[in-house]
Amino acid sequence: MRPISYVRTEGADGIDRAVGLVTADPDSHFLAGGTTEVDLLRQHVLAPNRLVDINRLPLSGVEELPDGGLRIGALTRMSEVAAAPAVQERLPMVARALVLGASAQLRHMASMGGNMMQKVRCGYYRDGESPCNKREPGAGCAALGGVSRTHAVLGTSEHCIATHPSDVAVPLVALDAVIRTRTADSERAYAIDEFFLPPGDTPDREHPLTHGELITAIDVPTPPLARRSLYLKVRDRESYEFALVSVAAALEVRDGKVSGVRIALGGVGTRPWRARRAEDALVGGPATTASFDLAARAELAEARTTPMNAFKPELARRTLVRALETLTRDGSQS
Amino acid sequence: MTVRTPDTGRATGTGPEADERGPEPVGVRLDVNGVQRHVEIEPRVSLLGALRDELQLTGAKRGCDQGTCGACTVWVDGRRVLACLTLAITCEDAEVTTVEGLATPDGTGDGRLHPMQEEFIRQDAFQCGYCTPGQIMSAVGCVREGHAGDDGEIKEWMSGNICRCAAYPHIRAAIRAARDRV
Ligand SMILES: Cc1cc2nc3c(=O)[nH]c(=O)nc-3n(C[C@H](O)[C@H](O)[C@H](O)COP(=O)(O)OP(=O)(O)OC[C@H]3O[C@@H](n4cnc5c(N)ncnc54)[C@H](O)[C@@H]3O)c2cc1C
Ligand code: FES
Ligand code: FES
Repeated sequence: MRPISYVRTEGADGIDRAVGLVTADPDSHFLAGGTTEVDLLRQHVLAPNRLVDINRLPLSGVEELPDGGLRIGALTRMSEVAAAPAVQERLPMVARALVLGASAQLRHMASMGGNMMQKVRCGYYRDGESPCNKREPGAGCAALGGVSRTHAVLGTSEHCIATHPSDVAVPLVALDAVIRTRTADSERAYAIDEFFLPPGDTPDREHPLTHGELITAIDVPTPPLARRSLYLKVRDRESYEFALVSVAAALEVRDGKVSGVRIALGGVGTRPWRARRAEDALVGGPATTASFDLAARAELAEARTTPMNAFKPELARRTLVRALETLTRDGSQS
Repeated sequence: MTVRTPDTGRATGTGPEADERGPEPVGVRLDVNGVQRHVEIEPRVSLLGALRDELQLTGAKRGCDQGTCGACTVWVDGRRVLACLTLAITCEDAEVTTVEGLATPDGTGDGRLHPMQEEFIRQDAFQCGYCTPGQIMSAVGCVREGHAGDDGEIKEWMSGNICRCAAYPHIRAAIRAARDRV
């Protein structure tokens, strides 16, 4: 692990100070829970010279917004958000996605802001030396002809097929959350759809943030239909593993017809994947397995697979159908 | 305290960066098992490294050093965390508890083991023992967090602790047996 220096920021004044310190120095990074930053520093994938510790900034907690939404502070830990009564009652799919992510220890450490900024788990990115366009633009992508069983099938480009790893980002995308940030001279808000960038020709650009821009909070609307929502995660082992496929879904049925629906997929996209085609196919139609199946097929029609991950579209189809069936049956969490 | 290496090219002296520390060794205060300790370490040193290599508290184990095994589990301010992904310097002003501090958490020093330790022995919850300190620290956390209801729940909330010897059924038995005394 390379040598680093360290600055701690704290208190309300610390927010501007942390932003100022990192903005002024390309080799400084923010340090929150460290579960990505310290890991990748040790693997020689990230190479900051200085870490600016933001853990004591007053950016923790889950607050009510006047419009009924919830504001989750960037430094709130995954375990705290999962345990918040308002999140459990109004956004079960968010609570569930958090609890099914990582491990109990990691969830006590990992912050929500850090979760949005976590890096891909592609082995070629993480080994610090294989060709990787994310790590070293123009170097090529070893995953394209390599081991790609866990890689993405939606939103890929010829330069990168790494899957977005976050669980909680999946329901947040389904709910149209907003990411709030601070720069040296402004406050900004990004619709979550604009926050996670597709790899395209620039897989190294994962977010629209400028260097030193600090996530301060995530605003999450709490539409009534989200009270009946679930997060279904399919993986190689039962726990402590990233998703092969996951589904965040909320469904509202009136007189046998779908009157409202939100769907996003994890484990299959280069970004947390909002399934708008499936949503469009469902709204107004019957809440039956046949229409769930058609909707899932519509969403996955453009999947581009490698020989190793060719199972994913079918697995995603089945997982999505099962999620919607479960919600139709009893509306409970899964 | 403001020592800066020339090659960073950043301003030296006073100003907003006056409290920058490192990259060379700096003094770090740690409260470990209720005792104030002082170590001279580089900021990049993990809590696990500081405990094992500086303070000779070798209970927490280095398994993977990348957050995937749980052998390094300790508590920081009462919460179970991974010492391998925690930088020691971030723990100043926090209370660190390791398995060495578990036996007599009330400081009485009467030599009695913590109920979870007793049950790990009674239920034969290990073979080689390498994962055990992490398992025990995590197990107490699991009970305190209210997730030791049944075997399914224990399994899920203990999944961050891998046991290469696969002593899992006995570990769960120990947690069940200890849960009302934790
Ligand atoms: C073994 C393991 C298993 C995991 N399994 C899962 C899983 O199943 N599901 C899942 O979703 N995740 C999983 N994770 C990832 C984990 O959720 C992330 O590492 C974590 O959320 C990152 O948060 P952090 O606070 O630790 O961030 P840090 O590591 O401190 O920071 C991450 C990055 O974000 C930057 N950053 C941090 N905070 C801010 C901010 N407020 N504004 C701007 N930039 C910021 C940092 O500079 C750094 O580059 C796993 C991680 C590990 C190590
Ligand atoms: S050594 Fe920390 S999790 Fe393995
Ligand atoms: S007892 Fe050997 S690793 Fe768990």
